Amino acid sequence: MAEIKNYTVNMGPQHPATHGVLRLVLELDGEVVVRADPHIGLLHRATEKLMEHRTWVQSLPYMDRMDYTSMFINEHPFCLAVERLLGIEVPIRAQYIRVMFDELTRIFHHLFNLGTHALDIGAMAMVLYTFREREDILDMLEAVSGARMHGAYYRPGGVYRDLPDSMPKYTVNKFKNEKTVRELNAAREGSLLDFIEDFTTRLPRYLDEYETLLTGNRIWKQRTVGIGVVSPERALQLGFTGPMLRGSGIAWDLRKKQPYMVYDRLDFDIPVGANGDCYDRYLVRMEEMRQSNRIVKQCVDWLRKNPGPVMVDNLKVAPPKREKMKASMEELIHHFKLFTEGIHVPPGETYAAIEHAKGELGVYMISDGANKPYRVKVRSPAFQNLSAMDEMARGHMIADVVTIIGTMDIVFGEVDR
Amino acid sequence: MSVKLERLCQHLNEIFTGRIQSLTLSGGEVTLEVAAPDYFEVARTLRDHPELRFEQLLDLCGVDYVTYGRTDLVDFSAGRSPRFAAVSHLLSLTHNWRLRLRVFAPDDAFPVVASLSPLWSSANWFEREAFDLFGIMFEGHDDLRRILTDYGFVGHPFRKDFPVHGYVEMRYDPEQRRVVYQPVTIEPREVTPRIIREENYGKVSDGRG
Repeated sequence: MAEIKNYTVNMGPQHPATHGVLRLVLELDGEVVVRADPHIGLLHRATEKLMEHRTWVQSLPYMDRMDYTSMFINEHPFCLAVERLLGIEVPIRAQYIRVMFDELTRIFHHLFNLGTHALDIGAMAMVLYTFREREDILDMLEAVSGARMHGAYYRPGGVYRDLPDSMPKYTVNKFKNEKTVRELNAAREGSLLDFIEDFTTRLPRYLDEYETLLTGNRIWKQRTVGIGVVSPERALQLGFTGPMLRGSGIAWDLRKKQPYMVYDRLDFDIPVGANGDCYDRYLVRMEEMRQSNRIVKQCVDWLRKNPGPVMVDNLKVAPPKREKMKASMEELIHHFKLFTEGIHVPPGETYAAIEHAKGELGVYMISDGANKPYRVKVRSPAFQNLSAMDEMARGHMIADVVTIIGTMDIVFGEVDR
Repeated sequence: MSVKLERLCQHLNEIFTGRIQSLTLSGGEVTLEVAAPDYFEVARTLRDHPELRFEQLLDLCGVDYVTYGRTDLVDFSAGRSPRFAAVSHLLSLTHNWRLRLRVFAPDDAFPVVASLSPLWSSANWFEREAFDLFGIMFEGHDDLRRILTDYGFVGHPFRKDFPVHGYVEMRYDPEQRRVVYQPVTIEPREVTPRIIREENYGKVSDGRG
């Protein structure tokens, strides 16, 4: 009999199922993976180094570009870190706004993950449905920040501006007739909060639809049950956080355990898995979307009742009001200094972490008192998840590698930074 | 929260008597600094001691302190020394507290510290990253390859003496019909200079409107 040797195949970096620019070197014994070696860095933009050469506020938009599938929530730890170093307290309304958009981006991210994960392993229809809902959330982000993707909406000291009173509407053109436009605009007649509320009432029904497509689906279960099992001990060792950790049965969520902003005032539950396989992690993410929806509802209710400032009233951090700046000398000077030189953050270091859709997103920041960060390190959950690739893929078939990539929920902007 | 962290500091003081270089509690965060020879054993105790129980290593990164607090440094050998540090962030799920652990590499020319990857698997890629970007060697790491930079990259780009625009750039050469490297053609440009003002210059408490 001829001797059979292991052989090595190269998966990616242009493979559609690698969620970006992952190059995987797989050593195979037949169809079974013996060793998986991810080569990353093809999207490395040295974001952290660039931040050292930008002022604090100029560095903020880079955070949007880290994980381009959950933008607003990325800005959050950066703002938290700067606020902690400055020692300022964010107005309560801004805290609610941030929490609301954190949860909307969490839904947004899970929808993206669900759609592409299912697409990768053969359920083509999912991506069409999840991207339909994502479009609604993108409209909300655009209404509030002016940009669909890279909002730069959270700022050290609060948020850039208050929620708008109206939603942008569709107009009749050669592709959309009057009837279509009327239907599309039905939910957009009121304020942004009305639109969000309408979305939160629609979302549970959509999630039920997804569940009928996937949860009991025999093919979906064959592809995910028992694949990429991680024991709780290994999950801790590998530095997993978020759904990857909760899927293995450890109820750890920073929103509950180390609450930031107003999470301690809100009512929600933390779902955990039992077996630590891809199917459990899928169930955890589905339930997280329902819980996020609950949080968004509570935030909408609160925000309706409680108007107030959304930015700290502090001229060393926040720019002055336009009309004041035109009339007062002091405001003018502050405005000039803020936009030419920027904030001066006192020397020190801090690590601010939040519960991102993927896990713990942390920003470690060192300031030496300058108008620019001395060092910023972003602790991205996707980087950590991907580092477990070898361990999770070993012994699985090559087709399961795709499932594992999907369940890891990696986005290369964040892995490579 | 701070009572709890004071308890953590007390435990650390008792357990690591004589091995602590500095221990600070500020802004709700505890920072422990140890010398490079003690680093590995301290980390092991941090993980295993029942009063500490840091089950997770959440982050490890390199830091280059050479220009810390300076804006005028031209000769980098006159900067801060030791300049390279490895900073890790540990989390205990049992006690729900965090710790920052810092170790300075004694030699600036050839920075070496022990690897934590035998203790926490998660340190593996973080240390590869710190090696790649800062050139810190981790002794005991079994797979210390570059991770983020290009194949065949020269230098350690996150060091403060590495220019932000780099040394080489890539382009497609239609004559050779392949991608070639060439020296950078970008002019260095800094729109907003880095400024450190006197102490309390931008003090936030002065800015109440």
